[in-house]
Amino acid sequence: MAHKRREMLTDPLVDNNPITLQVLGICSALAVTSSMQVALVMTIAVTLVTGFSSMFISVIRNHIPSSIRIIVQMVIIASLVILVDQVLKAYAFEISKTLSVFVGLIITNCIVMGRAEAFAMKNPPLDSFIDGVGNGLGYGLILMLVGFIRELFGAGSLFGITVLPTVNNGGWYVPNGMLLLPPSAFFIIGLIIWAFRAWKPSQVEEREYKIQSVEAH
Amino acid sequence: MEAYLALAVKAIFVENLALSFFLGMCTFIAVSKKISTAIGLGISVMIVQSITVPANNLILTYLLAPGALAWAGFSDVDLTFLGLISYIGVIAALVQILEMVLDKYFPPLYNALGVFLPLITVNCAILGGSLFMVERGYDFGESVVYGVSSGFGWALAITAMAGVREKLKYSDIPDGLQGLGITFVTAGLMAMAFMSFSGVKL
Repeated sequence: MAHKRREMLTDPLVDNNPITLQVLGICSALAVTSSMQVALVMTIAVTLVTGFSSMFISVIRNHIPSSIRIIVQMVIIASLVILVDQVLKAYAFEISKTLSVFVGLIITNCIVMGRAEAFAMKNPPLDSFIDGVGNGLGYGLILMLVGFIRELFGAGSLFGITVLPTVNNGGWYVPNGMLLLPPSAFFIIGLIIWAFRAWKPSQVEEREYKIQSVEAH
Repeated sequence: MEAYLALAVKAIFVENLALSFFLGMCTFIAVSKKISTAIGLGISVMIVQSITVPANNLILTYLLAPGALAWAGFSDVDLTFLGLISYIGVIAALVQILEMVLDKYFPPLYNALGVFLPLITVNCAILGGSLFMVERGYDFGESVVYGVSSGFGWALAITAMAGVREKLKYSDIPDGLQGLGITFVTAGLMAMAFMSFSGVKL
């Protein structure tokens, strides 16, 4: 049993990653990754919300009439997000300013909803909690990876600490400014997906059209 | 009038919800395989967006903002912390109502758009539009313009994306990049193209 739980926690990290395989929760993955610090806060927030919302939904899963389950899930998720938002505003105001609307958008982050609907409605509370945390971490892994690349090469720093001294500050590194702009996040995620699938060929999607080679006569 | 026009251009091109704020990406990626479905979803988002943003603006001004309850005699109550839950509630309820109204009075439209409507409740572009409205402090007139034009911008982006993907499926793409990977790279290129609007001001 303990083994199975560990698998539930690690499985979403690579084998069943919410971003690269399930295509969930991409919106915020792209927008909040221009610096590592923000990405870390977002990871913690999403992991907590996913874990606890899955747990609470699982606790009351046998009492929710199926016709209004979406609304019930939404209310639970929204209340948790409000908690996170208020805590951030109280203790990390600068970061909550940078995250702006994206904390609120955790409500519509498909990972939270998706795990609630697909897992928590059918499984006991502890398992659901672990599953939620696992998926939050899988999401965080990609987030931190993208944030690492963007901040290191875009601004020459990590967590705001200078690693590669930039030319503007008398160093030698010429930062790639494009990495701080939105489109770069798309490219990096696209390439990460490519890397993941080169490593795990079972995740490769089927082609819709096969290109047939014409045989030479 | 000029201010409204400037706001509309800004919301459609410069601050396109899909391509510069990445909102509604899940559906943007999932439902952009065919142009016809993309247009259907785009129109639904536009309709819902142009109703929910002004509606949430009214809720904010008359119920939630500090001192907004003065008309009911509670002039020192501040309910802004209930914002998130009320906006999503309003969105979910409006989508449901819209679905029922379309079903009753405009069956052809319902048949065309019906499948997309439930998807829209959890589309971040809708909630994002309302949250931007709150953060930037738009008044009622501005929020109407912002709702319509940001929805239009999103519809434009998803339709263009579907057009690209329809052609893309015939091309020879490396195995690992097939599907999701190449879609992201395409979206990145489109976002770069949209960035060229960033200096445009009216």
